[in-house]
Amino acid sequence: MTATTTSLASARSRDGAPGLRGAPGLRGTLSRVTLTAVITWFAALCFVVVLLGVFVSVLVTSFATHWGGTWWPDGLTLDWYRQAIDTPGLARSIVTTFEVGLAVVALALLFGVPAGYVLARRQFPGKSAVMLVMLLPVILPPMTYAVQLAAMMYRIGLGGSLLAVILVNLVPTLPLVILITVPFVEQISPDIESAAKVFGAGHLQLFGRVLVPLLVPGVVAAGILSLVRVLGSFELTFFVSSADTQTLVVTIFGKLSDPGGVSASLTAAMTVFYMVIALIGLAVSLRFSNPAQAFTGAAR
Amino acid sequence: MSAMSEAQAGRPRPPLRHRLAERGVDGTLVLLLPAVVVVAGLFVYPFVYGVSISFEPEHGGPFANYTDFFSDPYLSGSILKTLALALPVSVASIVIAAPIAFQARRDFRGRRAITLVLMLPLTFGSILIAQGMQRFFAPFGWANLALEALGLPQGSFLYNYTGTFIATLLTTLPFSFLLMMGFFGGIDRTLENAAATLGASRAARFWRVVLPLAMPGILTAFMLALVESFAVFPSAILVGQPDNATHVLTLPIYQAASQRSDYTAAAAIAIIMTVIELAILGIMVLVRGRLYRGPAGGGKG
Amino acid sequence: MTTSAPVTAATATTAPTRTSRAHGRTGFQRVQMRGVSRRYGRTPALMDLDLELARGEFVALLGPSGCGKSTALACLAGLQPLSGGSIWRDEERIDTLRPERRGFGMVFQNYALFPHLTVRRNVEFGLAMRRVPRPVRRERAMEALELVQLRDHAEKLPAQLSGGQQQRVAIARALAIDPELILMDEPLSNLDAALRVEMRTEIKRLYQERDLTVLYVTHDQEEALSLATRLVVLRAGRLEQTGTPEQVYTQPASAYVASFMGYRNLFPARVAGAADAGRAVVTTADLMLEGTVQTPAVLPSGAEVTVAMRPEDLAVTADGSGLRALAEVVEYHGRELSVRVRTEQGVVLHVRTDRPVRAGETLGLAIAPERVLVYPGAGEQREAGRERDE
Repeated sequence: MTATTTSLASARSRDGAPGLRGAPGLRGTLSRVTLTAVITWFAALCFVVVLLGVFVSVLVTSFATHWGGTWWPDGLTLDWYRQAIDTPGLARSIVTTFEVGLAVVALALLFGVPAGYVLARRQFPGKSAVMLVMLLPVILPPMTYAVQLAAMMYRIGLGGSLLAVILVNLVPTLPLVILITVPFVEQISPDIESAAKVFGAGHLQLFGRVLVPLLVPGVVAAGILSLVRVLGSFELTFFVSSADTQTLVVTIFGKLSDPGGVSASLTAAMTVFYMVIALIGLAVSLRFSNPAQAFTGAAR
Repeated sequence: MSAMSEAQAGRPRPPLRHRLAERGVDGTLVLLLPAVVVVAGLFVYPFVYGVSISFEPEHGGPFANYTDFFSDPYLSGSILKTLALALPVSVASIVIAAPIAFQARRDFRGRRAITLVLMLPLTFGSILIAQGMQRFFAPFGWANLALEALGLPQGSFLYNYTGTFIATLLTTLPFSFLLMMGFFGGIDRTLENAAATLGASRAARFWRVVLPLAMPGILTAFMLALVESFAVFPSAILVGQPDNATHVLTLPIYQAASQRSDYTAAAAIAIIMTVIELAILGIMVLVRGRLYRGPAGGGKG
Repeated sequence: MTTSAPVTAATATTAPTRTSRAHGRTGFQRVQMRGVSRRYGRTPALMDLDLELARGEFVALLGPSGCGKSTALACLAGLQPLSGGSIWRDEERIDTLRPERRGFGMVFQNYALFPHLTVRRNVEFGLAMRRVPRPVRRERAMEALELVQLRDHAEKLPAQLSGGQQQRVAIARALAIDPELILMDEPLSNLDAALRVEMRTEIKRLYQERDLTVLYVTHDQEEALSLATRLVVLRAGRLEQTGTPEQVYTQPASAYVASFMGYRNLFPARVAGAADAGRAVVTTADLMLEGTVQTPAVLPSGAEVTVAMRPEDLAVTADGSGLRALAEVVEYHGRELSVRVRTEQGVVLHVRTDRPVRAGETLGLAIAPERVLVYPGAGEQREAGRERDE
């Protein structure tokens, strides 16, 4: 093929020596390795090491026959897990944890997704007030309202019941679902809805055939993220639950804060059950969305 | 008759339904109702309820719960003890997490892994952290074994201020990190490029472009971290010194409610805590209003 | 492709000197990219690109998205490292110089205005970096804003301006540092059509008034043709053609360039028989055309070729003589009509004419053999069309 090269051909003959043609590497770019970066990553590394050390400590303790002042326990055993399973109440609290988690998530999705849809799409008087009230339960730590909520539950005769545990956990979870749903709805163009209406879709068809399929990823993400949150929720459940309606975290807290209680290894074995459940939740949520939203969704 | 008066009025008033619809009020808003009812009934009402019972103490006049709290230096001192914990924890979180979040805002191999690891403490919660710390930071735990192996003096990390400090930091820092990474991700990279082509050195790009744009995010993360760590509860008991150094504001609430079953006193202290937290959030909103708050992008596209 | 033969000989005798790194106009005579390549991981974005800019030139880098034109600009600005090759400002090698030391002005596609600074302080930014005293800084910023007619908006934040105004601020910001070279990365692609034309004139005016040297990246041939003193067409990271707008427009080096330059009639054909002086008779679907071969090589009879014709080069004859074709679709374009015709042989052609033509009418078409460009190879036009769609 012909090509009319004019000044370019001449430029080539003046090219530098081969030694100069070597790749300049990363010099001259904005992403050089700097001292700041090294210090930053070292700090991050230290933090991660401590963090993993703390969790692995629990894991190793749960398998330890005896672990004194050494790097590694004297021997490993599965005995603690057998004992944990036989501990009265543990199986009960695992079941409770799931009952509470699934019920809360189901209710939160049922109420939260339609509300999130309206808040994303509509302008109406008082909208900012509604948004603020939805935001506060997620921003404020549960300890600020756990006691009042528990007092109210006892006053209306629900104290200690499974229903009370479900209701109190709905308080931060429902707004969380709404806050996750809103951006999901916002990214669906309103034109798609208009198109469906123009082509003759009624309210139900619009919802069932257009919105629901589009919202499924968002709904699944919101559901799993809030499930992970509910599983680990402690304060709200702690103040309102009774011995029969404790979730796993509350049971573990009870064992830990009882000085004359069971051995550390037995508690650790119980905790590992909880860790596994939470990790599965986290892993599943990673497949669907950015799980960081579960903890930071409030701050936008 | 009514038709006549309408005709006399010139233009008939459109029906109420239309007037409401113009302002955005129509049937769709019903979808919002269940959520509003739940939040009103389970969040707003308990707040009001809590305020009202706090003025109906089990003994004494209507203000007895509050006067009891503020007249007992041990109880009221918990406010300062909480601040003495929450403030350093929040500062440390931001100081450590902000540079990491800044480095991690662009995509690189391992970003996902780091995010995942930092999600762990938030997923597991403070109880599991406290439990792990009881072993890891024990006099014979891995932390002290490592210090010994490095030839450093051993530390006492448990059942004191340090213990609760570390436990709170382990959850607050990832929280601030995730928040700030979200904020920093919104800062357009081409702004730095533009500054570079205009002759700005690395330092100048940071101080004049990146930091002003990152400031609202840093401030928000700091204030939310402060609010979160202000309500530190289980780790103050499990790895702290709950009767002294880590006698934080949540402990009198816990003692009143769970040990004395005095919900009126517990509610009063919870309300004091809420007021302080709202004050922190208020300051945040005020200060943020004075910063540049617009988009952090360089323009269209 | 002959344009990108690998460079082997090391014929340079001058050692690189790195003496001046002054900002502002230092009176450079030329900036050269020599054999520059850039890979992202294993994907090459630029391969062995040679490009020279002489002082006072307005060079447009033209090509479809993904052809490497923005990468070339970023390499020149110092925003991306080179994977190979070098960049020179006269005798000074500058490819290892950090972007803030190169002193080139740059206008970004998304404007990249600092959202937290007012318009005036945006424009002052580069001067502040050069430690120009505050009063001088202010004066020069206002001067630059005057140039783009935004003096009255100096104290606004960028977000308060329209897209066109923001882009003018971005240009003023680049002008304020009085750079020896301004790099523009598709500066008009985010504007709507009317504004784009207006801003194009604005940029050309500034170039003429201020005696600038500009490297302008675009995928819009009209923009490139109207602005540039020289065009450089890139294709898949390699140089495809360079020349004045007229050269590139009238004599595209390949069917690929032709597809960019408004040669809408682009189809494969075969050589039916060679005529003299670079002429060839080509045929497709029984349609015979005499065209000009765009390669020095001799094309044997039967060779696969690509034919390129511009709609405005096809004339509708007054008496209906010439190629017989049926007008299928007629579009009104003001002074002209754009007509899609089908020849008796079934070939679809696009024609522009100022004669009144109605759909369904049978026309006679004529074209000068020198305006029928014949390129060797049949795959060209399809590939070019596809790349353009990206």
